[in-house]
Amino acid sequence: MFKHQVTASRRSVLRGASALVLVPWLPARAADDPLPAIPALAALLGGRTPRFARLRMQVPPLADNGQAVPLKLALSGPFSGGPSVEALHLFSERNPVPDMVTFRFPPGLERIEIDTRVRLAGTQRLVAVAAMSDATLYASVAEVVVTIAACLDGS
Amino acid sequence: MLRTIAICAMLGAATSHAQDRALATDQLRSGIEFSGADVRAMQADDLANPGFLWVDRGETLWRADAPGGSCASCHGDAKSSMRGVAARYPLFDAGHKTVIDLDERINDCRQGRQHEQALPRESEDLLALSAYVAHQSRGLPTSVRIDGPAQPAFDRGRTLYLQRHGQMNLSCAQCHEQNWGKRLYAETISQGHGSGFPAYRLEWQKLGSLQRRIRACFFGIRAEAPQPGAQELTDLELYLAWRAQGLPIEAPGVRR
Amino acid sequence: MADARISLPQDIRRGEPFEVRISIRHAMETGYRTDETGKPVPRNVVNRLLCRYGGEDVFVVRMTSGIAANPYFRFFVTARESGSLDFEWVDDAGNRGQAQAQVKVA
Repeated sequence: MFKHQVTASRRSVLRGASALVLVPWLPARAADDPLPAIPALAALLGGRTPRFARLRMQVPPLADNGQAVPLKLALSGPFSGGPSVEALHLFSERNPVPDMVTFRFPPGLERIEIDTRVRLAGTQRLVAVAAMSDATLYASVAEVVVTIAACLDGS
Repeated sequence: MLRTIAICAMLGAATSHAQDRALATDQLRSGIEFSGADVRAMQADDLANPGFLWVDRGETLWRADAPGGSCASCHGDAKSSMRGVAARYPLFDAGHKTVIDLDERINDCRQGRQHEQALPRESEDLLALSAYVAHQSRGLPTSVRIDGPAQPAFDRGRTLYLQRHGQMNLSCAQCHEQNWGKRLYAETISQGHGSGFPAYRLEWQKLGSLQRRIRACFFGIRAEAPQPGAQELTDLELYLAWRAQGLPIEAPGVRR
Repeated sequence: MADARISLPQDIRRGEPFEVRISIRHAMETGYRTDETGKPVPRNVVNRLLCRYGGEDVFVVRMTSGIAANPYFRFFVTARESGSLDFEWVDDAGNRGQAQAQVKVA
């Protein structure tokens, strides 16, 4: 009976281990945590919990090339009569420089929408944060898969 | 009846020069069709297409003074004088006694007529002038001559194309004629045409020439790549242009 | 280094946001590349971009190597008076660039 129990637990350990092997390129994350652990992001949040609303981030789920990935950020209004956007921040969980870019706008702008191209050092999640003038925060998380080129280019 | 046969024979000689095409001219598809949606969108937008940063620089250089005069002093407005030019390159040049590409022609003008230094291959200024001149042919069909004095270069280019190279022992034809449309890792193999060049390649983070792209393929199959400006590269460019006959010039292209 | 392309819409109406797009020629060297001889290429990225219009800063970007080479931005500006839209940027080496476009407000 003792032998049977040992065999069963070894089988479940192997099953768990093989699941990890199948997805080695996804960073480990706690099951319920919506935000990746990025120190620069934590510093901005300062203990506040952002709302996952109003801020929309669009990136391709599979990038053609990590050197130039199109990215769109849009924060829905209206803004007149209420808090204005102080800044839009973008954080990377894998780049050598995690605090990628910050955008600032004048108060009174009714259309907060940016398009740009970012550089990604591999498959990862990105976190965008809109910091408002009343200290509220909106956030959006997106995952991008970045593959390497089929043929190495030595030119 | 005899006249009909004679006319057909002449037409045959003028077109494919008795060369069999692995890809029929109505089967040709540009590399942009094998690219992802984001790359296609970038190429389609003249502001988002970073290649235009080189085209703009080329326009400035076109008008820059030189001891023998600017490009504009002989050629005037490039929009008209350079229209169709890139579509005919590479071509046979009597002075060089061989086939040359557009970059070589630009340097001929710089040295011979403008009394300037030649620009090194892949230098920013040569890329800019090349992009600017090639851009004036955007939308026009590739159309090169492979007969007469151009034939030796065409034959050499064809031999190189069909020959196996490098540690991987692969020929260009094996990927781009026998396996185009199939997936290689996360990419789809294209037909290997050069009509999108010079192109902004995302991998390079800048604009580059077709010769650079060909060299990159040599590296990719672990073969020793010919040096920039080598005759083998021009010969291959001619062969590629013949393969791509009719495909519109896209300069400046965008590729992954 | 002053190469840039700017685009504005044809139809710009007072009081409404209009689209601005800019493409800047800059290698945005990350500092993680090596050249053909194996020597590291030093980091040099555009770290700040500023757009001024009607005496106001209408778009300010603090950026890093996380922005792709030849930086591209599309953003919106509230149309006030006709006038100049002035861009300035600076990189880590201290090189400054600028570009300008004319805004015609209907």
